[in-house]
Amino acid sequence: MEVFRKNGVLEISEIDPFLAELLRQIPASTNPESVPAAEERLYSPPAGPNEKELRAEWKIYVEPELRRLFRTATETVESDLRQLAENEKPFANSALQIPHEHSEAWLNALNQARLAIAAKYDFTEAELCDHYRSPIGSRRDLSLFQVNFYGFLQEFILREMECDNSTAPGE
Amino acid sequence: MFFVMQVFPEITNAVETPDVGEETKTKEALDLPWNVVVHNDPVNLMSYVTMVFQKVFGYPKEKAERHMVEVHRKGQSILWSGVRERAELFVQQLHGYLLLATIERTG
Repeated sequence: MEVFRKNGVLEISEIDPFLAELLRQIPASTNPESVPAAEERLYSPPAGPNEKELRAEWKIYVEPELRRLFRTATETVESDLRQLAENEKPFANSALQIPHEHSEAWLNALNQARLAIAAKYDFTEAELCDHYRSPIGSRRDLSLFQVNFYGFLQEFILREMECDNSTAPGE
Repeated sequence: MFFVMQVFPEITNAVETPDVGEETKTKEALDLPWNVVVHNDPVNLMSYVTMVFQKVFGYPKEKAERHMVEVHRKGQSILWSGVRERAELFVQQLHGYLLLATIERTG
């Protein structure tokens, strides 16, 4: 897999079918799927338990806005991912272009997915930092790989955004 | 009232003040500065957290990184203190970026 920027577009090329499948799973992975730990992590309380009024108001007024924001980001990513479905050859590598203006949506959806997966499997900090883990042998290992792969994409997008910000004025 | 008592204690002592204890207490509670606290989360990337602090608070990269490191090492960092409405808005923005953030009363 190669990641580079071309004409203001982030391009991921030579995506093998396995990684393409992980990319396709981003939108579904953002869904907490009625796993309380994932739901709690994505919609964490804004204050301690003593601030009952603040927390109640947040549930009514802010949480729906957050849900809308997260859904919009996921839909943007979903629309970009349709490029992967256009690949007619089933086992061929594919490519994906992410327009610059979709960068924030990608960061958000990738983060939703990473947090929801990590909460579902209750990954420890040690597991998340273990980059020399043995090969994938279980669904849990696969999910950990997924979290790290999405993290790698986030790092790349962030680096590109930083490059843009440092060169933008008076370019 | 606090200011008047500090500058003119003899005047305020001489004037009989009505009993407004509960009301005053409520007003003082509202006036207290509120902290915006960000809590550690092993999933969020350090570079992502730094970027969010820069975007939400307008902090330069060095300051954003200092706070990020504090969150990582100490478990939390106070990013901002001030009036409640603004603090709530910051917490709302931080949740939009999926950071673990809370608003807390000072003192």
